[in-house]
Amino acid sequence: MIHVLLITFLITLFYMAIANRLMTYINVLAFQGVLLFFVVFIQLNEINTLNLVLILLETIVFKSLAVPIFLTHLLRRNNITREAEPYLPNFVSLVITTFIVVITILISSTIEDTHLDKIFFVVALSTLFFGLYLIATRRKIITHVMGYMVIENGVFVLSLAIGNEMPMLVNMGIMLDIFASVLILGILFNKIGDVFKDVDVDQLSNLKDV
Amino acid sequence: MIGIYLLGAFSIAGCLFIINNKQAVYSLLAVFLALQSWFTIHAFYNAGNTELAYFTYDSLGIILLITLSIIAIPAAIHSWIYIENHKENPRQRSIYLSALVLLITAIGAGYLSNHIAVIWIFTELTTLSAAALIYHHRNKLALEGTWKYVFICAISITFIFIGILFLSISLQHAGSTDLSYKNLYTNSENLNPFWLRLAFLFIFTGFTAKLGLVPMFTAGIDAKDKAPAPVGALLASVLMNLGFVGIFRFYIVIANSPLLDWARLVVGSAALLSLFVATVYMLKVKNIKRMLAYSGIEHMGLVMLGLAAGGIGYYAAILHVVLHAFVKSSMFFQYNQLYRVFQSKSIYHVGNYFKYNTTGAMVLLLGFISATAMPPSGLFVSEFLIFRSLFDAGQIFILILALLLLSMIIWVFGKNIFKMLFIPPVGFDDSNVTKISPWESVTQFVLLAAAVYLGLNPPVAFVQLIQDSINLLPL
Repeated sequence: MIHVLLITFLITLFYMAIANRLMTYINVLAFQGVLLFFVVFIQLNEINTLNLVLILLETIVFKSLAVPIFLTHLLRRNNITREAEPYLPNFVSLVITTFIVVITILISSTIEDTHLDKIFFVVALSTLFFGLYLIATRRKIITHVMGYMVIENGVFVLSLAIGNEMPMLVNMGIMLDIFASVLILGILFNKIGDVFKDVDVDQLSNLKDV
Repeated sequence: MIGIYLLGAFSIAGCLFIINNKQAVYSLLAVFLALQSWFTIHAFYNAGNTELAYFTYDSLGIILLITLSIIAIPAAIHSWIYIENHKENPRQRSIYLSALVLLITAIGAGYLSNHIAVIWIFTELTTLSAAALIYHHRNKLALEGTWKYVFICAISITFIFIGILFLSISLQHAGSTDLSYKNLYTNSENLNPFWLRLAFLFIFTGFTAKLGLVPMFTAGIDAKDKAPAPVGALLASVLMNLGFVGIFRFYIVIANSPLLDWARLVVGSAALLSLFVATVYMLKVKNIKRMLAYSGIEHMGLVMLGLAAGGIGYYAAILHVVLHAFVKSSMFFQYNQLYRVFQSKSIYHVGNYFKYNTTGAMVLLLGFISATAMPPSGLFVSEFLIFRSLFDAGQIFILILALLLLSMIIWVFGKNIFKMLFIPPVGFDDSNVTKISPWESVTQFVLLAAAVYLGLNPPVAFVQLIQDSINLLPL
C-alpha cells in the first residue's frame, strides 16, 4: 500500500512537469500533502501517538490546506497570469523528468542497505532534483516558491523513511517546512507583490557588480 | 548559564522590538553587550563544560565566541552612528536593533552547539534575523537582495537537513542514533561510507551559503551589498565563521573515517574554484562593498585550502578565520564613512580620500595591507602557513595556481584602493563634504591592530585554544 502511495507521488511529478496553469501546480501540491498524510499514517507505526498526531496535522493542515490556500490568495491578489511560462517546452520537461527518475533508480540499485526502503530514497531524490529543475526552468517567482515546496515534500518523504528510528528528525523536517515556508511566503512574497508589479525573475536582476 | 544568556538575549530582542523610546533602546543594547561579554568570560573560564545538554564550551567555540564579542561592540557603536546619521524612524530603529541582537545571539549559540541539529537550528535563525537587517532600507534593490538571500539560504538549509538525514542512516550502521558531534567522533570509523559521502556533500554545500564558497556564495554577496555597512561587517566576518564551524566540525568526523582523501579532494576543489571565482569577479567589480565581499570569498577559499592540505594548514585555517574576521569587519565599518563623504559606492565616484578624511584613509590603507596579507599584517603569517602546508602536502601545482590567482587579486585590489585613496574623482563637488570625526575610526584601528598582534605574537592561551580545537584531526 505504501508503495502505491509513493509511486502515485512520483506520478504527480510527471503531471507537474507538463502542467500549464499555476492553479494545477497548486492543486498538485495539495494532493501531495494528502498523499503524505496517508504515507505518514501507515509508515510511522512505532512512534508515540501525540507526535504522530502532530505530524499528521502538519501534512493535512499545513501542506494541503494552508499553503495552497495562501498561494491561491497570492495569485488573486497580485493578478498573476495563470500560465506557468516555462523556458522549455513541456515535452522536454517530461523527458528530463523521466531522465531524473531513471538516474535515481540506477543510483539506488547500487545500494545494498537494510536500514532504508529503496523506494523512499528514489521518490525523495527524484522529487528533490525535480524541484530544483522546476526552479531553474520557470520564469515566475511564484513557481520558484512552488518548486521549493516540492523540494520540501521530497525531504519530508526521506525523513519518513527513517522516522521510526529517529522521530526527532521528522519533527525537525516539520520545523524546516513551517519556518522556511512562512518566511518565504509570508514576509517576502507579500512585499514583492507590492513592489514589483509584474512578478518575473527577470525583474530581479538589478544587483550587479558594475 | 547559557540558559540565562539565551533567555536574556531573546527577551532583550523582544523588548527592543516593542519599545520605541530612544534612550531605552540604546540602554537595552548596552545591556545586551554587557551580557554578551559576561557570557564570553564565563565560557572562557568554564572551558570543556557542557550546559543544557546541547552546548559545550569547546576550544573552537570559545575562540570564535571571543571574536564575535569583540566585533559585536564596534558593530553596535557603528550601528548607533549609522542610525543617527540616517535619522531612521523609531520603528525601523527598533526592528534593526532587535534583529541585530538576535543575529549576534544566534551566531554565538551556533558556535557552541555540540549537536549537528542544534547548529542547524541556529543557522536558520541567522537567516531570519539577517533577512530583516538586509531589508532595512525598504526599497526595490534591498528587497531583491533579501529575496535572493532568503531563497538561497532556504535551499541551503534544506540541503543541510538532507545531509543530516543521510548522516543518520550512516550512523545507524554503526548501531547508534545520537547525532551529537561527540558521538559522531567516537563512531567515525564505523560509519557507512556511502551515506557518509552523500551526507558530507550535502552538508558542505549547505554551509557554503553562510561560509561564502562555491557553489552557494552568490546570496552572501548581494546580502553584504544591500545590508547597512555595520551589518555587512557582521555578515562578512562572524556569520562566515558560523559556516566555517559547521563545515569544520563535520570535517573532523570525515577526517577520522577512511574517506579522508576523498573529503580533501572535495574541499580542495571547492576552495580552488572559489579562489578562481573571486579573482574573476574582483577583476571587474566596481562596487566597493561587493569588492570587499569577493575578497572574503578569496580568504575563505584560502582557509579551505589550508583545511584540505592538513598538517600545519589546520592551525593556519583557524588563525586565518579569526584574523580575517577582524580585518574585514574593520573595512566594512570604514566603508560607511567613505559613503558619507562621497555618497556613492562606485569606485568611479570615489577618490582622493586622503584629502577629505585622513584617518579614514589610513584605515583603508592599513586594511588593504592587512587584507592582502602583506607584512606586518597578521594574515601574512596565516597565509604563509597555508602555503607551507600545501607545499608539505606535495601540492605544488595547486600552490602555484593559488599564488597566481592571488597576485591578480592583489593587483586589482591595490589598483582600486589606490584609486580611491589618491586619484581625484571626476566631477565630485567638494564644496560641502561631510566632516568625519577621527574618533569614529578608533574601533577600526583597534581591530586592525588586534589582527597584527594575534598574527605576529599570539598569546600562549590563544595558541593553546587553536591546538585543542585541531587535536582531533589526523596529521
